[in-house]
Amino acid sequence: MDLSLSTETVGDRTVVRVGGEIDVYTAPKLREQLVELVNDGSFHLVVDMEGVDFLDSTGLGVLVGGLKRVRAHEGSLRLVCNQERILKIFRITGLTKVFPIHTTVEEAVAATD
Amino acid sequence: MATVELRFSALPEHVRTARLVAAAVARRAGVDEAVLDEVRLAVGEACSRAVGLHQSSGVTAPVKVALTEEEKQFSIEVGDEAPHAVAGGDTPGTAQDGESEVEEDEMGLAVISGLVDDVEVTTGPNGGLIRMTWPTTPPATTLV
Repeated sequence: MDLSLSTETVGDRTVVRVGGEIDVYTAPKLREQLVELVNDGSFHLVVDMEGVDFLDSTGLGVLVGGLKRVRAHEGSLRLVCNQERILKIFRITGLTKVFPIHTTVEEAVAATD
Repeated sequence: MATVELRFSALPEHVRTARLVAAAVARRAGVDEAVLDEVRLAVGEACSRAVGLHQSSGVTAPVKVALTEEEKQFSIEVGDEAPHAVAGGDTPGTAQDGESEVEEDEMGLAVISGLVDDVEVTTGPNGGLIRMTWPTTPPATTLV
């Protein structure tokens, strides 16, 4: 299965819906999408991972890279994820302390720091 | 001898194939269903790392994966042929890794060691090997 990406603007937030597998092969596509959004001035991102079947460390690296970019513009990167198999990867790498993780897109969009 | 052996060109698009094959063989070997996600992720991490090492050091050899069903356990060995820097020593001819590549390599190993209880990483001047082992449970019912 490949990676699917779609974006939607909700107020000053941009929701990136990701589906499929984020691995060493597909992660560059996600990186390009995040870089493009930041270059176009979207600094508050919500990455919806509910459609993600697989995530590896390459994917984590891309998300960390995205966070670094938005932070350079005083932006934010929030994740939406309820899947235990995906959450586990954030936990074992300690990244649950780095990313705000929400249960719904609505919650992530409404959240402020 | 390994139950199933796999050799693939060091390209990112083949890592998924290795994950699928490893998970299928692990399931047949009796690795618990709840652990199969971990097997899939760990073997993917090991293969991604090997692909990265081959690509950054210009090694054209394939990445090797050996899946072995043993008594009460299942093991996966992922071998690369990239020259690894030996601690404290220089490795001439090794391309200078970018910082991000090093970080990704370390993150991959961090995920593996977080996921797998029984893991062994060995490296030498001619390549490295990650060996991961999971317990297997015999089938609950035996066919008569």
